[in-house]
Amino acid sequence: MTQLVLEQALNGLQFGLMLFLLAAGLTLVFGIMDCINLAHGSLYMVGAYFVAAAAQAADSFWIGLGAGIAGAALLGLLLELSLFRQLYRRDHLSQVLATFALILIANESVRVIWGPAPLMLNPPESLAGPVEIAGFFYPAYRLVIIGVGLVVAALLYLLVAKSRVGMWVRAGAANREMTEALGINVRGLFTAVFVFGAALCALAGGLLGPLLAVQVGMGESVLILAFVVIIIGGIGSIRGALVGALIVGTVDTLGRALLPTLLRATLPADAAATLGPALASILIYLLMAAILFFKPQGLFPARA
Amino acid sequence: MAFYRPARWQNAAVSVSLAMLIALPELLTALDQSYYTGFATRVLIFALAASSLNLVLGFGGMVSLGHAAFFGIGAYVAAICYDAGIHEGLLVLPLAALVAGLFALLVGAISLRTRGVYFIMITLAFAQMTYYLFISSSAWGGDDGMPIYERMQFAGFSLLADEALYYLALGVLALCMLLFARQAQARFGRTVQAIRENETRMEALGYPVFRYRLVCFALGGAVAGLAGALLANLTGMASPNLLQWTQSGTLLVMVIIGGVGYLWGGLVGAVVLLLLEEFLLAWFEHWHIALGLLLIGIVLFAPRGVAALFGKHHG
Amino acid sequence: MSIRLTALAAALMLAGSVHAADPIKVGFVSTLSGPGAGLGVDIRDGFNLGMQHLGGKLGGLPAEVLIADDQQNPDIAKQATDRFLKRDKVDFMTGIVFSNIMLAVGPAVFQNQTFYISANAGPSQYAGAQCNPFFFNVAWQNDNLHEAVGKVVQDKGFKNVMIVTPNYPGGKDAVSGFKRFYKGKTEEMYTKLGQLDYAAELAQIRAAKPDALFFFLPGGMGINFVKQFVAAGLSRDTQLFAPGFSADEDVIKAVGEPMMGMFNSSHWAHDMDNAENKRFVADFQKAYGRLPSLYASQGYDAALMMDAAVRDVKGNVADKKALQKALEAKRFKSVRGEFKFNSNHYPVQNYYLRAIGKDAQGRVTNKTMGTIFTNHADAYVAQCKMK
Repeated sequence: MTQLVLEQALNGLQFGLMLFLLAAGLTLVFGIMDCINLAHGSLYMVGAYFVAAAAQAADSFWIGLGAGIAGAALLGLLLELSLFRQLYRRDHLSQVLATFALILIANESVRVIWGPAPLMLNPPESLAGPVEIAGFFYPAYRLVIIGVGLVVAALLYLLVAKSRVGMWVRAGAANREMTEALGINVRGLFTAVFVFGAALCALAGGLLGPLLAVQVGMGESVLILAFVVIIIGGIGSIRGALVGALIVGTVDTLGRALLPTLLRATLPADAAATLGPALASILIYLLMAAILFFKPQGLFPARA
Repeated sequence: MAFYRPARWQNAAVSVSLAMLIALPELLTALDQSYYTGFATRVLIFALAASSLNLVLGFGGMVSLGHAAFFGIGAYVAAICYDAGIHEGLLVLPLAALVAGLFALLVGAISLRTRGVYFIMITLAFAQMTYYLFISSSAWGGDDGMPIYERMQFAGFSLLADEALYYLALGVLALCMLLFARQAQARFGRTVQAIRENETRMEALGYPVFRYRLVCFALGGAVAGLAGALLANLTGMASPNLLQWTQSGTLLVMVIIGGVGYLWGGLVGAVVLLLLEEFLLAWFEHWHIALGLLLIGIVLFAPRGVAALFGKHHG
Repeated sequence: MSIRLTALAAALMLAGSVHAADPIKVGFVSTLSGPGAGLGVDIRDGFNLGMQHLGGKLGGLPAEVLIADDQQNPDIAKQATDRFLKRDKVDFMTGIVFSNIMLAVGPAVFQNQTFYISANAGPSQYAGAQCNPFFFNVAWQNDNLHEAVGKVVQDKGFKNVMIVTPNYPGGKDAVSGFKRFYKGKTEEMYTKLGQLDYAAELAQIRAAKPDALFFFLPGGMGINFVKQFVAAGLSRDTQLFAPGFSADEDVIKAVGEPMMGMFNSSHWAHDMDNAENKRFVADFQKAYGRLPSLYASQGYDAALMMDAAVRDVKGNVADKKALQKALEAKRFKSVRGEFKFNSNHYPVQNYYLRAIGKDAQGRVTNKTMGTIFTNHADAYVAQCKMK
């Protein structure tokens, strides 16, 4: 039983860290620019496709990952300069519509370029098997994901919490007008943050590619989860995104794994079989509703 | 900015198009194209759903990305009624509206405590929760949805013929549009619009802003439920896909193409989008790219939508 | 206003272009995108190869195949079917992969009195109480391949079996089929249809320590499951079993060597020794550059079945009774060898055990090991009261 909980906790950590990579960019774009971006999930999808295509061409997962991230960052730059810059000043409805339109375009373009069937992306040969930790076997590749996720999360935290650029970013999230008045190039800062968010998307997409499948529409379901994360954490807060991501990742994984067992022990088998999966799948939304009920601004509101 | 006021010339236009819509099934049968009667019914139903979102969005100023939840719940109520042996539309339709409306009341009560992007994301998350709830519960068919093997009746009349269901949908749509038009002139409607324009002032004047918004939100949900129940009877099933957030997005697109806040915005948008889909898809498989570009164009250059082109001088 | 006029004009335009000649029309609705796309694509390619072998004709008459993608979505499938039935007035329907979609689409097809030749989905409903004169399944009843695996697992003496299937009718059929012939202890695990990450399930499997694992996860789900199962190191202690659906060429191509040693069941195999099959496998490889899967063989058979029936009624497809008789007579030579239709229009046929290993050319592929059932019928036929 302890081994099961430990393994599930690792799974939850892995899932949570990947969610954090997605939520980090999203929460900054929301927080600083007050801009809702539904197409964030599409950047994740396109990033994963870039990684898969580059990995196939170079016959190396790591080269593919690097090239894919660079490609997604470039795409993010183009999008920011051509479209998002126009959107910051618009109302939320316009932002919703324009970024929903981007989703349609992205999904269809991917279908045109790579076809409707999912792409297969394999992890590096050396990481395909299991490794033994604490007396049980765990997939080596998932451990690598956890490692990369932890390093990126730490760097991001240092960058935002300790560096000068990070200070500007936080200042921008807390009070945009004041930051501008202090003579900081907010426009350039916006572009940089957006591009950085796109790169993080591609990193998450590329890392998850071998575990999941690189396919059309993969961005949409993950986008909603990223939303839940930043609602829980508080929009514009990196710390909130990290805490929110870990909460969502752990609650979802543990709920899916332990709830059916738990219910089977307490309820008649029939009721448990009906209720278990239903409850597990909406657990994080219930959690979100509960947190909002008590703290409508999330756990770590950026604007105090 | 009283967008919701129909002008006199519009009344004439409405009468003419209503007459044409009444004649449509006869015409299609004469042309041996009765497939399009079902298609036209679909358009009418989506027009109703989009109009209900327009009520929330254009009229009440609430950007909800979770409207599909109420639409889908209406469909499921119809299917559950069929399963339970309730086949009378006079019972099924109000029930669908009631359940969807109550659920909207609940969602609204939590979501309306928040503002801006939070509201958008929370409505979205609630809709997604509903979606997951339905696909993972075996009692409601899970991923498969729930079948309706035989359409409901209406006041004892059979709706088996596509034409019959078409006229029912037309009637419901006409009634709801009439209700919306009246509503806009009534005290309630004026208050909600005033809140949209200046919330702080209305609050200062002592209006219970939250309550007005909530009622508007719930009303929109109820009408969406009505549309969902009709759609389930048309397609013969309640599908979880109706609950998916992309469905909310599609409804939103319809409203915006048609014109946010214009009485006919939802209707025009549904007609335009579904016709484009039906006839463009055959020629251009990847028409979503064109649609996406069109939408971005609308946002950047014509933010008031198509209906605005007709109603500009009455704004 | 003007928009409604446009609608009318468009309807009129279409009315002008009604079909002049009367070819035999086939409506092919299948899953051609998303995680289940591999299955639909194989059925389509098999069907197209069949049409090619028939010279593009059915029963000697010119034929037209209309193809639509259901995106594994019952709603979209219904719309596409409606269009084919009412607008294009097709003579046959085929192609659907998933049983839930079949059940959603079925009533409209039967009401329209159009023959549905299922090249895959074989739900228990249509084999039993809801059997229909207009429904034929040229592949199997959903339970059959699972029953065959259950028999093998029972015979091999496994005692503690874990079952993993998606939470949908096909998944439920798999469990009941498997348990009809396997009598030992089981634990069942239901996953979301379309799920791709099985980390939580694999941890539970590790904790439960079953000696064998039976999974039914078609398409991309199975690919991911096997990959992650092996990556988690579970293949050391647990023997994998699956129906042919989860262990055919589409899955093998994506997973590769980790599949070796896995047992599965099928009514067809690419190494079956008959002239029709040899021609089919060789031409399929030539046309599409890959080995055919059982799905492709079923699509191919569906085309041959329509052809034989149309020939039988001399092209008079309007005579539904005669056409039904002709379809029941089954006058084509299937690539799986001999089989016949039962009174519920499902096949009575042999099922074989296959194991995955390397063939003479060094490819990882299926090899037929023996026969599990001979002339096996489904368990629901007694409930079918067909007029």
